[in-house]
Order: sequence, then C-alpha cells, then structure tokens
Amino acid sequence: MTWVGKSLQRKEDGRLIRGQGLFADDEHSDSMLHLYILRSPYAHARIASIDVSAAQALPGVACVLTGSDIKEQCVPYMQLGPAPCDKIVDLPLATDKVIFQGEPVAAVAADSAAIAMDAGLLIEVEYEMLDAVVDPEEALEDKILLHEAAATNRTYHDVFEYGEVDKAFSDAAHVVKINRLHFHRFASTPVENNACTAEWNQRGDLDFLCNNSFAGFSMQLLAPSLRLPVEKLRIRSYDIGGSFGVKIWNYVYMALAALASRKCGGRKVKWSETRTEHLQGSGHGNERTFLDTEVALDKDGVITAIKSRHIDDCGAYPRYEPLGCIIWAQVLPATYGVRNFRIDFTQTVTNKCPVVPNRGYSRMQHLWFMERIVDICAHELAIPADEMRLKNYIREFPYETPNGCIYDSGNYPAMLEKAKQMIDWDGWKQKQIEAREQGRLLGIGIGTTLDSGTNNFGQAQIMNPNLPFSGNSEVCIICLDLDGSVVVSLGTGPSGQGHETTTSQVVADELNIDPSMITVRTGFDSAWNAFSGHSGTYASQFAVSGLSAVYGACQKLKAQMRQLAGFMLKADAAELEFGVGEEGPQLSVKGTDKSINYWFMSNLVNSNNALLDDSLADVTLNVRHVYRPPFEVPDTEKKFGNLTLTYAAQLHIAVVEIDTDTCRPNILAYAAIDDCGKVINPQIVNGQVAGGTAHGIGAVLMESFDYDEVGNLLTATFSDYCPLTVMNMPDVQYGSIETPSPFSYNGAKGMGEGGGAPLHTLSAAIQDALYAEGIIVTDSHHSAPRVFERLRAPNREATVSVESRRVGAQ
Amino acid sequence: MNDRILITVTVNGAPHEREVEPRLLLVQFIREELGLTGTHIGCDTSYCGACTVLLNDLPIKSCTMLAVQADGYEVRTVEGLEKDGKLHAVQDAFSEHHALQCGYCTPGMLMSACHLLETNARPTDLEIRKSIQGNLCRCTGYSNIIKAIASAADKIQEVSGQEVAGGNPV
Repeated sequence: MTWVGKSLQRKEDGRLIRGQGLFADDEHSDSMLHLYILRSPYAHARIASIDVSAAQALPGVACVLTGSDIKEQCVPYMQLGPAPCDKIVDLPLATDKVIFQGEPVAAVAADSAAIAMDAGLLIEVEYEMLDAVVDPEEALEDKILLHEAAATNRTYHDVFEYGEVDKAFSDAAHVVKINRLHFHRFASTPVENNACTAEWNQRGDLDFLCNNSFAGFSMQLLAPSLRLPVEKLRIRSYDIGGSFGVKIWNYVYMALAALASRKCGGRKVKWSETRTEHLQGSGHGNERTFLDTEVALDKDGVITAIKSRHIDDCGAYPRYEPLGCIIWAQVLPATYGVRNFRIDFTQTVTNKCPVVPNRGYSRMQHLWFMERIVDICAHELAIPADEMRLKNYIREFPYETPNGCIYDSGNYPAMLEKAKQMIDWDGWKQKQIEAREQGRLLGIGIGTTLDSGTNNFGQAQIMNPNLPFSGNSEVCIICLDLDGSVVVSLGTGPSGQGHETTTSQVVADELNIDPSMITVRTGFDSAWNAFSGHSGTYASQFAVSGLSAVYGACQKLKAQMRQLAGFMLKADAAELEFGVGEEGPQLSVKGTDKSINYWFMSNLVNSNNALLDDSLADVTLNVRHVYRPPFEVPDTEKKFGNLTLTYAAQLHIAVVEIDTDTCRPNILAYAAIDDCGKVINPQIVNGQVAGGTAHGIGAVLMESFDYDEVGNLLTATFSDYCPLTVMNMPDVQYGSIETPSPFSYNGAKGMGEGGGAPLHTLSAAIQDALYAEGIIVTDSHHSAPRVFERLRAPNREATVSVESRRVGAQ
Repeated sequence: MNDRILITVTVNGAPHEREVEPRLLLVQFIREELGLTGTHIGCDTSYCGACTVLLNDLPIKSCTMLAVQADGYEVRTVEGLEKDGKLHAVQDAFSEHHALQCGYCTPGMLMSACHLLETNARPTDLEIRKSIQGNLCRCTGYSNIIKAIASAADKIQEVSGQEVAGGNPV
C-alpha cells in the first residue's frame, strides 16, 4: 500500500468537527487575568499625558501598563531593514507618540475581560494631533516624519539591474509606457483573531500558548526584546484558526500579556484581539505602486526589457517587511523569458497599519505587475491575449532567471491549453462578440502566476548584509515511544494545512504501516517538539522542507531499527522487511516467521537494555533530522543567486461581465489549473488551491483597507471590510498538470499561497471588458464603486503611450 | 453592573443554572461558564458566524445575544451533535469532503448546516449557499462545504428511507 498520492481523510478533522480543537483563546481558568489593550484613535499624534489612576483604582484591576513603564523593561524590536531602520524605536506600547490608528498606548490586566475593558476606558490620554501621511509618494517627500530619529521615511532603496537594458530599449520595435499601476492593500483576515495566554513566573520562565505561525523565527526576535534568553521562553501553539502569514507578527502584542503577567506576580494573562483591533492593528498585506514603467518589445510582441520604479508602502513600522523589498525578486521575470530589467525599488513608512507577510507575500504584487504589463502590451499592440502569453512564456527547464533563480520545472503552454479547453475559450470568444454587439461589457482574462516555495533566507542579506540569516531548514523528530508507538514531531505549527495527515502518509510508506498507527504531535512547542530557527508555516514549503525532514528522519530511524532487529533476530539488515504482523508493526526476516515488534524494540532500548551489547550503543530509536535545502548565500553586490527551491505554477482564466447598471463585475466562468509537481494528498492540495483562489477573488471584488486622508481606517469591521462570503464565491472548475520538481526528494513543489492568480486574472478580464471604453486597468481592486469611478473617467490616454518604430533591416 | 441575574439555559439537553452579569454575551456564557469552547468568536459585528448555535432550533449568532436573553431557552452547540458515539451525518460529510482546513469556522458552519437539514430535506445548491451566507470561511473557498452539506442531505435521506422501508419510521 502506498499512501503518498492518496486523498487520505485528515487526521486533524476528528477533533475539529467535534469542537474539540484547542485554539489559543480556548484556554480558560477562573484565576487567569484578562488583558485589554487601549489603542490610539489617531494615526499620528503626540502623547501629551496619560492618566491611569482611575483605571488602577477600579476593583478587579491587577495592573496597568503604559509606554513609560515598559521603556525600561524592553529592548525595541529588531527591524530587519538596513539603516536608517536601526534608528526606529518599536516597542509593544507607544511611548511619546502614536504613528498609526490602532497602535497600543496602554494595557490593563483585570479579573475579567469586561473589567479590563471598563478600566481601559477610564484611562485618560491627552493627544496632540499631528499631520498624518498615508500616501507613499507623499511620505517619500519627508515633509511629515514618522520616526524623527531616522530623519527620513524611506526605509529602503536600491536598484535591481540585470542584462543590457539600454541596448534592449534602443533595439526595440515598440516601447509601451505605463505611468502608474497600484496594487491595493488587503489581508487574508483569518477567522480566528490573534490571541495568547502568557505566564511569566517568578523563576523567570515565560510560557506562551499562542497562535503565532512562524514561532521558530519569532522567538528569536521576541526573547531579546524581553531581555530573556531564548531558553527561558516556551512558545506553544495547538490548533491555529488560519494565519495566511498574518499571524507571523503577532508576538509584538504577545509581549504585552507577558509583561502584564510579570507585573502581576506571574499570574496567567490572556489576550484576545477583537476583530476591529485585528483589522486596524494586526497586519495588512503590502501595498505597492509601480511608476514610470517602460516595456521594450520586438516586432513580434516579445518583451525584451522592463524598467520601472516600485514603491512599497510598509505602514508605520518596517519590522519584517523590508524582506518584501527582495522577496519579489524570486519571481523577477514571472513566467516570461525577459532578460533585461532595471527595477528601482523603494520602501517607505506611512501612518497606516504595519504590513506583514500575507499569502502570496511580495511575489504576488510583482506577478500582478508583470501580468498587467503583458496584458496591457497585448491590448495596445492588438495581439490576442493567449498568443501574447505563448510568445513570451519560458519553455525550457530548469531555467535560470536573469537574477540567478532556478525555475525547477513547468509547462505553462500546456496549462494555458488545458484552461482554455476547460472554460471553452472559443465558445466564450464568440459569445463576447455577440455581447459587445448588444452593448454588454464582457471580458475574458488570463492570469499566469508562480508560487515560489522554500525560500533561501540568504536573500535577506541582499536587502541588509548584516542580517544573520541564510538557507532554510525544517526539523523532524521521530521515535518509538516507551510502548513502541511511532511519534513524530515537527516545528511547522500549521494552521489548517493538514501536516499531521501528510506527515503520516510519508511515515506510513517508509515504515510500511498504516497511517492510523502514527501519532504526529499537534502544533509548535519549543520545549517539547522539534524545531529550528526557520521553523514555521510560511513560504509554500511544507511538502518540500517539512516532508524532506520527515523522510530523512525515517531513514535514520529505519537504520537503527534494522541494526537492532538484525542483532536480536540474528539476521542481516538486507534480509529484514518492515510491515505489520499479528502483534502490530514489526520487522521480520524475509521468508521466515522470525519477527520483532515495535514494543519489544522500544522495550530493549528503554527498559530492558541489559540484553544489548556495545555495538548498539548508538541505537536510541529517537532520532532528529534537519533538512537543509542546497542553498548558497547570494551575491549581495550583484543581487544574484537562487532565492527559492521550487516554483509551483497556476494558470487561471475568467470570464467577467460588468453590470452596466451597478458596475459590479460578475464572474460568469472561471477555470483554474494548478501545477505543484508530485502531489502528496490531492484533496489537501485542491483545498489549498480553492482557498487561495477565494482570497484572490475576495481581494479583487470586495476587500480593501481604505484610509481617509488623516489615516482613519474606513474598513475597520468585517461589515465594512466584507470578506468574501459563499454568496460571492463563483463556481470554479479546477484542473491540474504535474511537472515533478527535480530538486525535492519526492518531486513535490511547495504550494498553498497560490501566487494571487485571481488578482491577475480578473484584472485582465476586466481590462478586456473595458479596453474599448478607453480604460486601462491600473489597480488590483475592482469593487463596484471603483469600476463606477473608472467608467466615469476613462484613463487610457493619460496612462499608456506606445512608441513604435521600424528597427533593423527586416 | 454587578447585579447578577439568575438564568437557566438548557445546553445540549442539560439545564444549567447560573448567576450572570447582565452584559455577559451568550457566547461567553457558553465558552467560559460552561467550558464548551467549540463555539468560537471571530468578529464583533455578527458577520463571521463562528459563534453560530441553535436557539430553540433556530441558528443565531451567540456573540450578538446576551446570556440573560437565553433564559429558559434550549441551546444546541457543536458538542451536542455527536450522539452515543455516532457523529452527525454533516460532521462525517465535512471530513469526507475536506470541508474544513483550520477548523475554526467549522462549528458555526455545522450548526447552520444542521438547521438547514432539519428544515429542508432536499436543499438546492442556492438554498445551501443561503443557509451558510452568514458563516465566513477563509480556508476552503466554500465549494467543499457546499458539497459536504449536499452529501449529508443525501445520506440522511438514504438512512431515513431505509428506516421507513424497514418498518421503523423516524
């Protein structure tokens, strides 16, 4: 029986469908304290005074924290960016001023959540309003400074240049200029908010039960800020109610629960974020503006060079986000064979919520940009959308990009063909002609995207050479427990991706036993489970980094089991086979009735070891394996190197009709083709594809973090932000192709983020519907009000220009 | 604020008598007073439906109702779906069709689905969609949830058909 490749029903489901999951907010005891965080109503203001006396006097209040209390106790959080990011003071509470709406100003711990909130509302904060800056280009003028010590709002700038850009432009048959494109601000908003309980006891040990999704990394940033050795910090998670990257950065607030616990003599303190707190102050996906883009093409419509200026708006604190200034380069040419690039990349702070890695992180923004370019050029040069892609797709693999990334495998033309067949491309083309004759606005759009997985942290050094991160790793510990049961632990801390199930599939195949015979521990636990400094669920990598760690650990365990069984059964290792006998999982000697079961093997090592001799001294039946992908530190000067191990791809086609009365884009048909190499569990992979598709559709049609000019978030409840519901989700036809990765042991490619395919696809379909109206699609958000505005003010002439000339002697 | 009110709420068949603050939400009563943490909280504007329970057989958002308003009512939560060690058909169907990933929205989804199946034995695709329009899921993209509910409806029909055929009407 082979389990890998099968849709094994998930092991996680048993507890979750019974309501027996353990989420961070589920921990409850009558003796615990509850934390309320008082947050700034203003985007930019000086804190003139804080009076906590009334709050402190309220019966049931255990302690109150303000910025001045914690300034002494905390070291500002590390900002990953280069200078001047080192001048930025980022503490769990604002000290002298607030720089975004929702920034924590004070915190109260009390006997109940209700008392804590009552007390919080008794805190009197006197603010002196300051002008806010919410527009990234305006922020770069430095007229309003967020971090005075940094003396600028610009947190990163560099130029990424590859190939011969100027030559390509002078040789070009066509140059298409697009003056401005904008990728909007949204986030995946998991249904579970951030939450934790913290207990900082008087021996100095700090224990968190939380829902952080990148704990191996986060603990390295959290512990120093609390002036604590990592060894004193225990981070645990169990079930996590969705993260999509957003929960990577919640430790910034977890610190407040810890500080309150210590101040209250080590009592357990629980913090549960409200939805408005989550939307205002947790983390948004990054927003990017693309200016002065120029595209060189040859006479056939093949793109030869691109130059552009990109501005990333990271919100109030850069934190992790400067990584977004390099991570896009994993997919520099997208799925296209362009060799010449000059990208001028700048990041700025603004008085908005800080930005965090959100599903499709940084690559999605760049892939959308590339798809808009390809799509706009196709329209401007009157090349059919499918032909334009086929002229430009990369076709040979492995493919080295201009900046040294290696695309492992793929077949984009085959995906396009499959999607066209699935959606009935020719049929819709005909219907489109008829619709246009009737004055209807119907468009068909293609989006090709990449989901680069298992990142090389060495790319961080391109952005900041001082960062002590490179490579990647995941860890697995597998053992036969005292009773012989097979127990596996990992550092990934998943949030719905089914790691317990797919891990069991791999182990079951390796040991030739049933997946039900394997226990995979739930969640992350720095005191109890395996982990490394890279451990977490992020960057579309579990099928590669996680399962490679599992596979490697299985090989080590099997070698020890063969050694032990060979000794006891007096047989050569080659004669032994793994399987299940009458007394459970066992090793047996081929062709005989001699066998030894797992219980006895464990018994021999753990409780009955006088039977063993010295040749078995290293047999522990408890092994740890670290998977380390074959990465090198990139050339930081040339910004060149392999930044990611695998490249899953997605190709979507959508048919959209804009309702001419309401301006709402309606999706009439949608096809999605996925290629993530060898599939471990088809049902889980399809679930990830469908979920990523829903996020993209939601972002296009419904979801946007809109700020007014003074920095108020206008979409600060779910009723305003309107995440995609079942009533807005169209029927999607799914298909797949399989190009195995040559770089993973199992041929799998990491997947799950999805590369934001619907953003590219629906933007292209809406472009197709509106091009004849003189409209260029320059934004990634297309709610009905936005389409209405666009229809009222056609922008083509002001947005795009094309210079065509005869080149060479043709 | 501290004038507690005595209420009796029957939850999953068992009556619970408690003195509660008037401002205590029903969801807090269920989670914190009774320790039934299967019912979740995801927002504060009744948009997400993670807190959906059945109140006298009707689905409600328990974050938008006070515990004192439930005095004398019967509440059903996800913990009450399994009977005598046997899962409800909709629970089985959710697992079989991969209608959950993180599982956080699942209890609310299951309760909304349960109400649908108790009132509409053969729901259409649109009726299924409408039954969970107040339940947000961020993981699945919904299509597997729709399939699971449809499949549970078929399963319940099949079982009740067999029981009728066997002379044992429900």
